[in-house]
Amino acid sequence: MSADFATCYPLKRGRAHEVCGPGATYFAATCCNFSDKPVLWVCPSWQQEMLNPEGFAAYCDPARLLLARAASQIDLLAVSEEALRSGTVGLVVTEIFEPLSLTHGRRLQLAAEAGRTTGLILMPEGMGSNATETRWRCTPLAAGGDSTLQCWELIKNKSGTFTDWVTRWDAAARRIIVVSKTGERPRVARTAG
Amino acid sequence: MRARPVDAPFALTAKESNTDRIQCLNTRAERAGLSRGMTLSDARALRPDLITRPADTPGDAGFLRVLARWAGRYCPWVGLEDADGLVLDVTGSTHLFGGETGLIADMRVRLMRAGLETRIGLGDSRGAAWALAHFGEGVAPPQQPLQALAELPVAALRLDPKLGIGLERLGLRSIADLTATPRAPLARRFGNGLLLRLDQALGTQPEPVVPLADPPQYGVRLTLPDPIGLLEDVTAGTARLLAQLCDKLKTRNQGARVLQLTLRRVDQGSQQVELRLARPMNDPVSILPLFERGLSGVEAGYGIDQLRLSATRVEDLAPTQIASAIRQSQTEDVAALITRIGTRIGLENVQRMLPADSHIPERSFILAAAAFSEAAPNWPPRRARPLRLFPPEPVAGAGPVPPVRFRWRRMALRVAAQSGPERLAPEWWLEDENWRRGLRDYWRVETAQGRRLWMFHTPQQPGWYVQGEFA
Repeated sequence: MSADFATCYPLKRGRAHEVCGPGATYFAATCCNFSDKPVLWVCPSWQQEMLNPEGFAAYCDPARLLLARAASQIDLLAVSEEALRSGTVGLVVTEIFEPLSLTHGRRLQLAAEAGRTTGLILMPEGMGSNATETRWRCTPLAAGGDSTLQCWELIKNKSGTFTDWVTRWDAAARRIIVVSKTGERPRVARTAG
Repeated sequence: MRARPVDAPFALTAKESNTDRIQCLNTRAERAGLSRGMTLSDARALRPDLITRPADTPGDAGFLRVLARWAGRYCPWVGLEDADGLVLDVTGSTHLFGGETGLIADMRVRLMRAGLETRIGLGDSRGAAWALAHFGEGVAPPQQPLQALAELPVAALRLDPKLGIGLERLGLRSIADLTATPRAPLARRFGNGLLLRLDQALGTQPEPVVPLADPPQYGVRLTLPDPIGLLEDVTAGTARLLAQLCDKLKTRNQGARVLQLTLRRVDQGSQQVELRLARPMNDPVSILPLFERGLSGVEAGYGIDQLRLSATRVEDLAPTQIASAIRQSQTEDVAALITRIGTRIGLENVQRMLPADSHIPERSFILAAAAFSEAAPNWPPRRARPLRLFPPEPVAGAGPVPPVRFRWRRMALRVAAQSGPERLAPEWWLEDENWRRGLRDYWRVETAQGRRLWMFHTPQQPGWYVQGEFA
C-alpha cells in the first residue's frame, strides 16, 4: 500500500488537487516543500482565521510564502489562475468558501497545465469539482503526546484507486512518513516478533 | 507661522551638539538683544517671554525650493544660497519690472503679501548682493560697488568668522579699510581667500550663479491625426510611449513605480489607466503586458486621439551585475506576478509575513505588502506554535487545568492528552483590547477525537478559550 502512496503523494505537478477536512491546512503546509519556488497562499480577505507563520515554519520557510487576500470567490479563483499560469511559483494554495463549479475547476486545471504548477484547493467538505486530479480528506488522529498523526483518505483519484493512509510528519527529515497499519505489517516482522 | 503671526519675540530652535540653539528669530526678538546661535537658556534668561518652536529643517529646505521655483518669474537663473537664501541672476530682465528698484519693490510686495519677511540686496556681483542683503539692503550703483559697500563690516565679505576677528584686531573694520590696505601684506597675513572674496564683492573676479537643475520630467505624449479605437492600436501606441519613457528612465538608472496612462477621446473626455508596479521597472517589454488588464477596461467611444504616459512615482534602481541576472530573473518574475495579481485585488492585498519582536502569538508577525518589503531570511526559533490562529473562542470550563469534556464549534470533545501550561503575560506597554483579561496560561490539548487545540486559561478572570489549532 505504501508503494501506492508514493505515486500519489508528492502531488502530481501541473494539476490542481483538492483537500478537505480538519487537517487540510496541515496537508497544504506539508506540500510546500515540493519545489524551492515561492508558495502563493490565496485566502479570503475577510477571514479572521489566519495561517500562523511560526507554526508554518516547522514545515517550510515562511520567507517563501506570499499571501494574496481577495474579497470574493471569483477574485480568489482569478488570482489562483493567474499565478498557476505564470509558473513562477511552485505551489498555489487557494482557500475557497463556496462550491467550485465544473467550469472553474476545469479552468484551474488548464492553468496549472499551462504553467506546470501544482494547485491545491482547501475547501469545506463537499464543495469540490469533478475536474480535480485528486481529492484528499485529512483527519487528525489521537495518538497521545506530541504527534502529528493523521489519517489521509484519497476520496477521488483520476488515475488510480481510493485508499487511506495513516501518516505523520518527521520534523527532522522534514517529510511525511506513512505509518504501517498494525494488521498489515510485513510477515517477516510478525514472525520475528 | 504664516497662518498665526506672533506679535512677540519668537525664535526657532535647533539642537546642535546637545544644546538648543536659536536658529532663526523675528525682529522683535532681535530688538530684545537676542541673536542667532545663542543658546536657548541664555535667550530665556534675557527674555523670559520668548516663544520658541523647534525648527523643521527639511521642511524649510523644501519651502526654499518652492520659493526658488516661484522666483523663476523674475529671471531664469535661480540658485540656492546657504540654507536660507536665494540668488538670482537678473541680468537683462530688470527692464521688464521697471528697472532694478522696480524689481525689488515688486518682489518685496509680493513676498510680504505671502507673509514673508525678506532682505534683498542687488549688486553687480554676487558678493556685493550678498553683502547688501545681509548687512545693508539696497542696490549697489552699477560699476561702482564700493560706494554702497564701503561702510559695511568685513563680515559682509562672506569670510570665515575667525578671519573676521583677526581683521578686526588689526583695526580693519569696514570694507573701505580693507580696500585702502596694500594687498600683498594682506595676502601674506590672511591668505588668498580674503582677497578672492574682496574681488568677488567688487566684481573684479567672476562668480557665476548656478541655477537649480529642473527636476526630470517623466511624461511622454502621442497625438494621432486620426482617432483609434481598437485595443491592439492602443496597445501599440502605449508600447511606443513606453519605449520613450523607459529610455529616459534608463539614462538616469531609475525605475517607475506608478505609471499613469491618460487617453483623450475625440469628444474631449479622458480616461486614465493607472498601473502600480510591485518593483521599480524600466523595461518596456515587461511593463507592456501589465497594462493589458487596464487597457481592456477602457471605453474608446468615438475614438482616442491622444495618449499621454507619465511616471508619477519614480525610484532609483540599484546597480546590478550582469552575472547575477539569472538569479535576478526569478525575483523579477515574482514581482511581475505580484503586479498582475495587484491589478486585480489591489497591490496592498498581496502580502508577505515578516517576523515581529513580540512574544504575543498574534503579534509575533506582521503582514506587509509584498511589493514594498523584502522577505525576512530567517525566522527566530520559537516554541511549538499552532498552524492556524483565530480570535479566541470561549469554551465552558473551570479550574487551572483544561476541562476534561467541553464543546467547541458544536463538537463535543474529550481531552486525551495535554501539555502545559506556558504562561504569557500581556505587553503592558501596549494597550490591547484582546488582552484585557490579563495573564494567559497556554495549553496544548489533544482530544480523543483527534483535534489538537491550543487553549488558554486566564487565571486573573477565570475562563477558557481556544485560540489555535495544531496539525
